[in-house]
Amino acid sequence: MPHRRPIRVLIAKPGLDGHDNGAKIVARLLKDAGMEVIYTGIRQTVDAVLRTAVQEDVDVIGLSILSGSHLSICKELVEKMKKENIDDKMLAVGGIIPRKDVNRLKEMGVAEIFGPSSTTKEIVRFIQDEVQKRDEIGGTRR
Amino acid sequence: MSEETKEKEKRLEGNDDRKETNTGVSVKLYYGPEDISSFEYNRCLGNPGEYPYTRGIYPTMYRGKLWTMRQYSGFSTSENTNSRFKFLLEQGQTGLSLALDLPTQLGLDSDDPLAKDDAGRLGVAIDTLRDMEEMFDGIPLDKISTSFTVNSTASIILAMYVATAEKQGVEPSKLRGTIQNDIIKEYIARGTYIFPPEPSIRLIGDTIEYCIEHIPRFNSVSVSGTHICECGATPAQGVAYPFLTGVAYLKEVLSRGYTIDEIAPLLSFHLIAGGVQFNFFQEIAKLRAARRLWAKIMKERFHSESERSMRLRFSTGGMGGGMTEQQPLNNIARISFYALAAGLAGSQSMNLPCFDEAYAIPTDEAIRTSLRIQQIIAYEIGIPDVVDPLGGSYYVESLTDFFEKEIAAEMERIDSLGGILRCVEDGTIQRQLADQAYQVQKKLESGEMIKVGVNRFQIDEEDRELEVFEVDPETLSRQMTRLDLIKSERDNQKVESALVALKKAALERENLMPCLLDAVKTYATVGEIVGQLKEIYGEAKQVSIF
Repeated sequence: MPHRRPIRVLIAKPGLDGHDNGAKIVARLLKDAGMEVIYTGIRQTVDAVLRTAVQEDVDVIGLSILSGSHLSICKELVEKMKKENIDDKMLAVGGIIPRKDVNRLKEMGVAEIFGPSSTTKEIVRFIQDEVQKRDEIGGTRR
Repeated sequence: MSEETKEKEKRLEGNDDRKETNTGVSVKLYYGPEDISSFEYNRCLGNPGEYPYTRGIYPTMYRGKLWTMRQYSGFSTSENTNSRFKFLLEQGQTGLSLALDLPTQLGLDSDDPLAKDDAGRLGVAIDTLRDMEEMFDGIPLDKISTSFTVNSTASIILAMYVATAEKQGVEPSKLRGTIQNDIIKEYIARGTYIFPPEPSIRLIGDTIEYCIEHIPRFNSVSVSGTHICECGATPAQGVAYPFLTGVAYLKEVLSRGYTIDEIAPLLSFHLIAGGVQFNFFQEIAKLRAARRLWAKIMKERFHSESERSMRLRFSTGGMGGGMTEQQPLNNIARISFYALAAGLAGSQSMNLPCFDEAYAIPTDEAIRTSLRIQQIIAYEIGIPDVVDPLGGSYYVESLTDFFEKEIAAEMERIDSLGGILRCVEDGTIQRQLADQAYQVQKKLESGEMIKVGVNRFQIDEEDRELEVFEVDPETLSRQMTRLDLIKSERDNQKVESALVALKKAALERENLMPCLLDAVKTYATVGEIVGQLKEIYGEAKQVSIF
C-alpha cells in the first residue's frame, strides 16, 4: 500500500447542546490512535462544520449529537456535502441515537453510528477500514 | 493453599490489607477505633440539626419532612408541559423540575435560525411571558415548589415566574423553588454560557439580591457539582468546585453591602449521588463531609452567626452518565442505589436519572419508575425512620474525615492557582477534567473499572425493544405561530421603551431585575432581552480543549 498521510478527522458538535465530554474523549482516542484530529468546539452550524471540513481537508467528519436533533442536522449536512462535492468524505455520528433512526441515517449517507456501547477499538477500526476503502475507490487521493 | 487457609491468612494480615476502590480511594480490609482516634462526637458530628451538621441539617430530618421528590421534566410547548406537570402532581410528586430547551437557555427565540434544530426539543421553549403563564395555568404557584434548570438566562426566567405569580394573585414572597443560575460550571462542563464571566456573575448577584429583598424562600442559586462529575471530576472535585463557585457568588453579593447571613441562606447546592464514579459508602461519606466543611467555612471564614447560613442544603442528582445502553433494566438497580445513598446521606431533594437515559429523552414510564424508587425508599423500607443511621460507623466516619480533607485540599489548590474564575478562564480546570474523563474511559474499556453488562456479564442483545420518547415534529411550527401571534398582539412601543431602559441599566451597572420584570411584562422575548445585553456585555470566548 502506498504511504498515506495520517487520517485527518474533524470532530464537530453541531447544534446548541454543550455536553461535549464524549466528543472530547473520542477526539483524544483518535489522536492517540495516530490520527490528526481537529475539534470544532460547541454550537457549530452545519455551514461552519462544512467550512472547517473543507479548510482542514479532513478524511472523516464525526458529529457528536446528544440532543435528538440528529435527523435534521445530518440531512442538511449530507445535502450540502453533495452540493460542495465533498461527499467522498466519510461521515459518522456519535451520541444518543435511537435505534430506529440508525437506518434512516445510513440511508442518508452516514457511514456509521456509534452509541454509548461503542468501544474505541470499534471506532478506530471502522474509520481505518472505511478510509482505506474510500482511498481505493478514489484512487487518486494522496 | 486451601480456601480455608487463605481465609485464615487474610484474617491474620489484619486490616492493613489495602485495596483501591473503583474510585481510586485506598481502603483497608476493615475499620476499627484506631481509624477514628481523634473522633469526638460533639466536635465531629453533633446531633442532627446541630453544628457542624454532619448528621443532617435538621433535628428531625425525614421524620419531619421527606426529601422533595422531583423528576426532570418538560418538553416541547407550554401546553404539553402543563399537562405533564399536572400528571406528575397527581402521581404524588411534590415539586416540579422544569427543563427548558437549549434556545431558551442560550437566549435565542424559537424563530432564530440557530434554534431550528433545538427549539422545544430537550425542554420547553419559552419565548415570552405568555409561555410561562400557560405552562403554570391552573397550578397555584404558592402551593408548589419549582426548580428551573437555567443559567445564563436565569434572571429573565425568574422575572417571568414572578410576573406569572403576580397575575395569579400570588405574592412573590410566597414563591418556593430553585433556579440553577450557576454560570461557572457552564464554562467548565455544560456549555450554555452567553456573556463573559464577569457580567454573568454580576447578573447572578442581581438575582440573589432581588431574592433577598423579595423572595426570601427561593433558592436563588443552585450551585451544581453534577455536570462536572459527568465530565471527569473526581468525587472530591465534585464538591470542591461548587463550593469555590458558591464562595465566588457570595463575595459578589457581599461586595454590595449585604451580610453573609443575608446571602448564604439563599444558596443551595446540587451534588452528585451516582454517575460513572459511584461508590456507595464513599458517596454518603462525601456528602456528610460536604455538610461539615461548608458549616466550618461559613463559621470560621465568613464569621456567620446564623444556622441558616451554616446548614448546607443540597439536592442530589445521579445524572445519566451512569446509565448503560446495554441491558437497560439493570439501570433501575443502579438508580435505586444512587437514591439509597442520597437518602442515607440526608439529601433535601432527589432528581434521579431514568433507566432509558442512554436511548433518548426519558419516557413517562421511565420517569415514573424513578419516582417510584424514591417512594419505595421513602415509604417501604424504613429509611426515614432514623437520622444518619451510618453515623458512628468506623468506616463511614473515617471516609468522612478523608473526604473533608480531600475537598478542602482541592479548594486550596485551585485558590493557589489564582482561584476558580481564573482556572476556568484559562482552561486549567477544563484540561484537567478532560484528562480525567479520558482516564476513566480507558479504565472502562480495559475492564479495570467494572461496569456490569458493559465490560462484564455481557449478553447478546440483538432485539432491544424499548419504547422511545418522541418529540412532536409540529412543535417548532406551533411555537413559531404562538410567537408571531404574541408579537402582533403586544404593544411594541412599550416593548421598545422597556428594552431601552434595560440597556441603560446594564450600561450603568444597576441591578437589572426591576428592568427585566418590566420588560417581560411587555411580552418582550428572551431573545430581544439577551440581544440588548449582548450589546453591552459582549459574548464569552470558547475554550475547547481535549
